[in-house]
Amino acid sequence: MRERFAGILSRCNADYVEIRFEQNQTTQISYRGGKLEEVGRTYSSGGNVRALVKGGWGFVCSNSVDKLSSYVDLAIKQAKLTSGEEFALPTTEPVVDMVEAPVNNDAASMPLVKKKELFDEYNDIMLTSPQIQDSRISYRDVNRKVIFANSNGSYVEQNKPDLTLRLTAIARGNGEIQQAGLSLGSVGDFSVIENLHDQVREIAKRAAALLYAPEVKGGEYAVILDPVLAGVFAHEAFGHLSEADFVYQNEPLKQVMVLGKRFGSKHLNIVDDATIPGLRGSYKYDDEGMPASKTYLIHEGVLVGRLHSRETALKMGEKPTGNARAINYLFPPIVRMTNTFIESGGASFEEMLGEIKEGVYVRDWYGGMTSLEMFTFSAGEAYTIRNGKLAGLLRPVVLTGNVFVTLSNIDAIGNDLDMNQGGGCGKGGQFPLPVSNGSPHIRIRHCVIGGR
Amino acid sequence: MDDLLRILDFVQKRAEQAEVFKVSSQTVLVHFEANRLKGIQSRESTSVALRIFKKGKVGFAVGSGVNEVDTLVAMAVETAPFGPSANFEFPSLSDYPDVAVFDTEVPKITMEQMAELGSQLIAKVKEHTPELLCDVEVIKGVSSVHLVNSRGGEARWDRSLFAINLEGVLTKGTDMLFVGDSEGSCRFLTDVDILATRLIKQLELAKRKAAISTKQLPIIFTPRAVASALLPPLVFAFSGKAALEGISWLKDKLGERVFDTRLTIWDDATLPYRLGSCPCDGEGVPSQRIPLVTKGEATNFLYDLQTAALAGKKSTGSGRRLGDRPPVPNISSVVIDEGKERFEDMVKDMKEGLIVERLIGAEQGNLLNGDFSGNVLLGYEVANGNIVGRVKDTMVSGNVYQVLKEIIGVGNEARWVDGVFLVPHLYCPLLSVATKT
Repeated sequence: MRERFAGILSRCNADYVEIRFEQNQTTQISYRGGKLEEVGRTYSSGGNVRALVKGGWGFVCSNSVDKLSSYVDLAIKQAKLTSGEEFALPTTEPVVDMVEAPVNNDAASMPLVKKKELFDEYNDIMLTSPQIQDSRISYRDVNRKVIFANSNGSYVEQNKPDLTLRLTAIARGNGEIQQAGLSLGSVGDFSVIENLHDQVREIAKRAAALLYAPEVKGGEYAVILDPVLAGVFAHEAFGHLSEADFVYQNEPLKQVMVLGKRFGSKHLNIVDDATIPGLRGSYKYDDEGMPASKTYLIHEGVLVGRLHSRETALKMGEKPTGNARAINYLFPPIVRMTNTFIESGGASFEEMLGEIKEGVYVRDWYGGMTSLEMFTFSAGEAYTIRNGKLAGLLRPVVLTGNVFVTLSNIDAIGNDLDMNQGGGCGKGGQFPLPVSNGSPHIRIRHCVIGGR
Repeated sequence: MDDLLRILDFVQKRAEQAEVFKVSSQTVLVHFEANRLKGIQSRESTSVALRIFKKGKVGFAVGSGVNEVDTLVAMAVETAPFGPSANFEFPSLSDYPDVAVFDTEVPKITMEQMAELGSQLIAKVKEHTPELLCDVEVIKGVSSVHLVNSRGGEARWDRSLFAINLEGVLTKGTDMLFVGDSEGSCRFLTDVDILATRLIKQLELAKRKAAISTKQLPIIFTPRAVASALLPPLVFAFSGKAALEGISWLKDKLGERVFDTRLTIWDDATLPYRLGSCPCDGEGVPSQRIPLVTKGEATNFLYDLQTAALAGKKSTGSGRRLGDRPPVPNISSVVIDEGKERFEDMVKDMKEGLIVERLIGAEQGNLLNGDFSGNVLLGYEVANGNIVGRVKDTMVSGNVYQVLKEIIGVGNEARWVDGVFLVPHLYCPLLSVATKT
């Protein structure tokens, strides 16, 4: 493969060309209620070519790679059609590397019957719990093998195993339907989702309890976010804003997101780090062949960095960070997060709680969305805080706000950082990209919660 | 793997029944970033999905770029022992309605033409607001679908697609205004004015800022807001699968008046040149126009073959395949019949209220209960019958079933949203609005 790619790349008449070839195997299992609803296996292979000519990009993907040369020609033709201002991408020394990700308890090679046994156990726990009428289990493991070569002379082979599990218990009663869930993931290690029986029992209990929980009154509250939800906040509210492709062509936004500007108090540090071993967002090289890095986005409350592809780094005159990623060969790489988290501070959960007269403690998440400045995210679990104590379960709530205001309203950061490996990130039609989020408990003053 | 009948023949020796579904597609995307032509992408892909019945169970596998039939068959055979019960039969050869979904003009469109359309659109919008940064996607596509099964059923059709998506952002300090709209169908769209006009209207209405306080307010949902906030929980309730599992809010309510009598809602896979249309569904069952709500009365659930068999019903031709997944009951195009109210009169009728054009995060609420709750990405305050200006930092929450029961007015002009929803404005009674004080 290496010689073939090198041969094609050496003949290209373009400023830059890259070829990515992939083989992906996926196993998908889902349960609804007592029934195993779907077991599916997918095998997919294909590749793409991306070319840059005078600032214009061409991209061609296909799952018949035998016509690779003609795809290179088409990509260059497309790039020429969109060309404008010429630029040279920043580059590193060409790398040649074969990265074998060691996988413990590799899920992809585990027999279906073993997976089914485990999920049957979890499902039984949920469905035999009081008031649980229904359940959902959704499991997916992927083994992705990626070969990358570019006209700078780099050639990289990487394995990117991934696994996700989502369990949901659905309760009915009291004229209501409510649900509670659990999301987990790993870099293909099946043992991560074993032995969850106690946690599964808990979500079933919580779903049933929600049937009788009151709804929060909409308005402004002091809130404490648990590590899962605070991690989602770091990802949704701030992380996306740190993706340079949102910023680099928007002059007014550049002024807002200027490095050195203060966004929070001194205790606030937000990091994106693709180099931590064993996390779902980690890798050695991104999909432009650039080495992964650890990037401080906010350091001691001040904006100090952002996430880049080679192009955005060049155009903003900043250092490349190796954050260009694609979910598979059907898409070109775009600027994405990896493992994004708020670093631990000094406060304990009890201290944060003790100082709130009236507020809401929010845990876990359904999802989150952002339009840069505004964010909304949904908590799966919420509790009233009264006079420094937890005072009863509430219905799930949706939090919303302006990211700039909210960041400066973070007035306490806990000492209990925890990384959440569940879920996946979507951007530009590319979903789900393996990422992880994390944080310690954090407290936000004046946060808007939707409700009736 | 070009010859489906050959694959079918091969599979039939290893399974009791089989179905082979192949889709090949080619798309071209011309995209503009921050008002500038940025790049062109071409995608071609072919995938073959195989469903088999083996020892009374259903096995399923999908392959793309796989040349060996036996790999695919082996994967399907491996999954079968764990699959659902084979409780239904594949349809034998049927007559399909004539549903036009291919425009012969679409394959002829050049990349240069697409780039020109995008440039025109941006120029028009920028003429109104020069500081606006637009991302535009101009997309064309053609695909071929071919389905065969071991009961002699066979279907084959070609579809075309042409769409333009426009997103604009106007940044002033930390204030960001997002505007946007899209058009898409099976036909070539040559006139970009309709999109430019809609965007300019949004920019005009959002020019001034307004502020509201936390309270209960009546809300007019524009067609785009109806599609993004109200339809997801509603569509979920009409899934035959959700009904069967007892989690649809409409379970046991067919034949009952559940909504205001002015509401009539259809699922229609036979509308010509619509993205949700086709002669038959992903299982070879003929397409039809299905009444979901007739004058406020719930009339039908949507079924695919498997859920229909479990429910003792007939498939409604609603077996849709999403990505690499087996068919599930889902919508084609959702149509809400037009009412009598003019949008202008709805506004005039409001003493104090809100017009919502776009909610984000609405689908994160409890879909099962019909709850929705979202941040107003684009919306306007109404005071004494006049649109005052754009609101921010505002959250709207409600329950879609409640809202549709107590609706105040149904707009007299429906429009297509996202190519699959044909919906009018809906004027809704008091909903909870929370905002920063």
